[in-house]
Amino acid sequence: MPDIRAFFLVIGFAVTRETKQVELTGAEIFVRSLVEQGIDYVFGYPGGAVLPIYDALYQQDELEHVLVRHEQAATHAADGYARSTGRPGVVLVTSGPGATNAVTGIATAYMDSIPMVVFTGQVPTALIGNDAFQEVDSVGITRPCVKHNFLVKDVNDLAVTIRKAFYVAMTGRPGPVVVDIPKDVAAARAEFHYPKRISMRSYSPVTKGHPRQIKKAIDLMLTAKRPMLYTGGGVILANASSQLTELTKLLGYPLTNTLMGLGAFPATHKQNLGMLGMHGTYEANMGMHHCDVLIAIGARFDDRVTGNIDKFCPTASVIHVDIDPASISKNVKVDVPIVGPVDQVLKEMLKVLKESKQKPDAAAQKAWWKQIEEWRAMDCLKYDRDSELIKPQYVLETLYDVTGGKAFVTSDVGQHQMWAAQFYKFDKPNRWINSGGLGTMGFGLPAAMGVQIAHPKETVACITGEGSIQMCIQELSTCKQYGLPLKVINLNNGCLGMVRQWQQFFYDGRYAMSYMESLPDFVKLAEAYGHVGMQITKPEDVEPALKEAFGMKDRLVFMDFLTDKKENVYPMIPAGAGQNEMILV
Amino acid sequence: MRHIISILMENEAGALSRVAGLFSARGYNIESLTVAPTEDESLSRMTLVTTGTDEVIEQITKQLNKLIDVVKLMDMHEGPHIEREMMLIKVRAAGATREEVKRLADIFRGRIIDVSDTIYTIEVTGTSEKLDAFVGAITQTDIIEVVRSGVTGIARGERALHV
Repeated sequence: MPDIRAFFLVIGFAVTRETKQVELTGAEIFVRSLVEQGIDYVFGYPGGAVLPIYDALYQQDELEHVLVRHEQAATHAADGYARSTGRPGVVLVTSGPGATNAVTGIATAYMDSIPMVVFTGQVPTALIGNDAFQEVDSVGITRPCVKHNFLVKDVNDLAVTIRKAFYVAMTGRPGPVVVDIPKDVAAARAEFHYPKRISMRSYSPVTKGHPRQIKKAIDLMLTAKRPMLYTGGGVILANASSQLTELTKLLGYPLTNTLMGLGAFPATHKQNLGMLGMHGTYEANMGMHHCDVLIAIGARFDDRVTGNIDKFCPTASVIHVDIDPASISKNVKVDVPIVGPVDQVLKEMLKVLKESKQKPDAAAQKAWWKQIEEWRAMDCLKYDRDSELIKPQYVLETLYDVTGGKAFVTSDVGQHQMWAAQFYKFDKPNRWINSGGLGTMGFGLPAAMGVQIAHPKETVACITGEGSIQMCIQELSTCKQYGLPLKVINLNNGCLGMVRQWQQFFYDGRYAMSYMESLPDFVKLAEAYGHVGMQITKPEDVEPALKEAFGMKDRLVFMDFLTDKKENVYPMIPAGAGQNEMILV
Repeated sequence: MRHIISILMENEAGALSRVAGLFSARGYNIESLTVAPTEDESLSRMTLVTTGTDEVIEQITKQLNKLIDVVKLMDMHEGPHIEREMMLIKVRAAGATREEVKRLADIFRGRIIDVSDTIYTIEVTGTSEKLDAFVGAITQTDIIEVVRSGVTGIARGERALHV
């Protein structure tokens, strides 16, 4: 009996081969699948296990491959591409060290819910588990920091797996997906069919918020005496900035953005109180602490936002809109949970609000805004404008002026990141690109490459420090190869500023390892890579230098600003304190 | 509180480690875990026993549901349910204790499934509590080996976990 069945299978296979299209190699299927998926750029680095795929890339011209200098940079560049466009970033790296180098970038994307598909080469299936050359268990290593991952063991599954990978990465709460492709799978042949639509019985993201919950939320919002909108990266990921802006203006309530949410509502609008949290503004944090209805949208009550959770928003009823049910009531108990896509929920909220006969309590709002304006008058971001040293805040304010607030800004991690978030006023979404969740130093420069590649005509600035920039500085070479005219703003204070600040505040000034000795000459370094280098040492030179640099449209300019070594980021909520217990200047 | 969570998941390599990894990464307890294929060979059914406050259990079920390989899950404690665990226990049974062990096995509706001159191997099925009680009833020094399957469970009546 089995013999007969096998016989028919062989016949069936032969017939299909004749009547259907020719077979492609796994590598060709990879290329065709990405093209079908609408992908234009792949960020990557070749190696033994991905040689068949690179050979297929060589023989086509629909996908452009960007060669980075380190796999970590490939993931950050794809991440920057994704954050600035809303489209998924794509990475291709080899097995073993290629995959492990990519892990930092994958974890970075995971923490900030960035859609990304990372293809890792793998040793041939017959060698898996044999401790082969350049073998690691990529699926095992990446499992805790991906939304999902796949090992493709049969070339016949490759196209559908790639389709699933993009589907999972881009829908629901987005995130990175890893697809591990053994070398023999890339070389084997199969028919190519890329499914246009896909469904998975084990994965069906919510597409609609519950109407009754939405109605309940609007009712609660309209009874508020001291309301506060608190919005995060989820609004930007859902492309819901216009709905949020309309709703906020319609309600007339104060709003604060998280670090990830900057730009979702115009920073220059008077209803925007700026960023909240550990280095948020006084008015935003005080507003949070005293509000009676908190409207959280696409934000996840991160510890850097809440401070001491026991002291968080003690008098507030909480409405929380999020695509991820697991984000709701994870850290803070929510009174009106709404699980759904932020854009759809906000549209529905607008509809319900416009139909509602009830209006916000005008007298209560007047009193609440009076209080907020008093907090705002504290001018918590003030700094010494007469200093003879370059104040980092001044560089960023001037950068904002010189670029007309229109630049795409990436940042690394540390003090410069916080100052950028405080002083560069983002009026549009997708323009502020930083590693918020994982806090990955080395993110800024490669992310800026991804942004510039996605937006060749736009101004892209990378705000960094002399610590962070050295974690991925090799990418200056990639920038040269692809002619990326980034502007690198290096706020060089000669120390790991945020570490030093904590050591000053909480470790009695024992500055363990927070000083950077033997720094390179950044001007010469930039020149060595074929770029323009500048060093700025005096406050009066800041503006002319920025103007000159941003005037050079086709060159990468590395600007090394020697800034005040002792400047700290204020306000600051110390660990364990409540939002109303800020350290001010 | 103790909860029995039943999970239907894709019968794929790595699915088990996704669940185990989730519990270790987020610091949740696993008291027992058992997994086997179902009548539909593309699905595995996992039963795990965990403890935590209501908030923790809520997070556990949400995080499990987020795993792409998880098709469906059920917290057995949301309704009436039956739980069973199977234990094989090898006990010294010589001389005077031989009768006593046999009697205890009968009381617990255990079955003696292997016999030698000095040893009984007994199969006992029931709730974890019942198995604990049986182990407690046998003189500790007479116990040679205990193996337990981990808890499985099923809802009573119409309520069912299926695709």
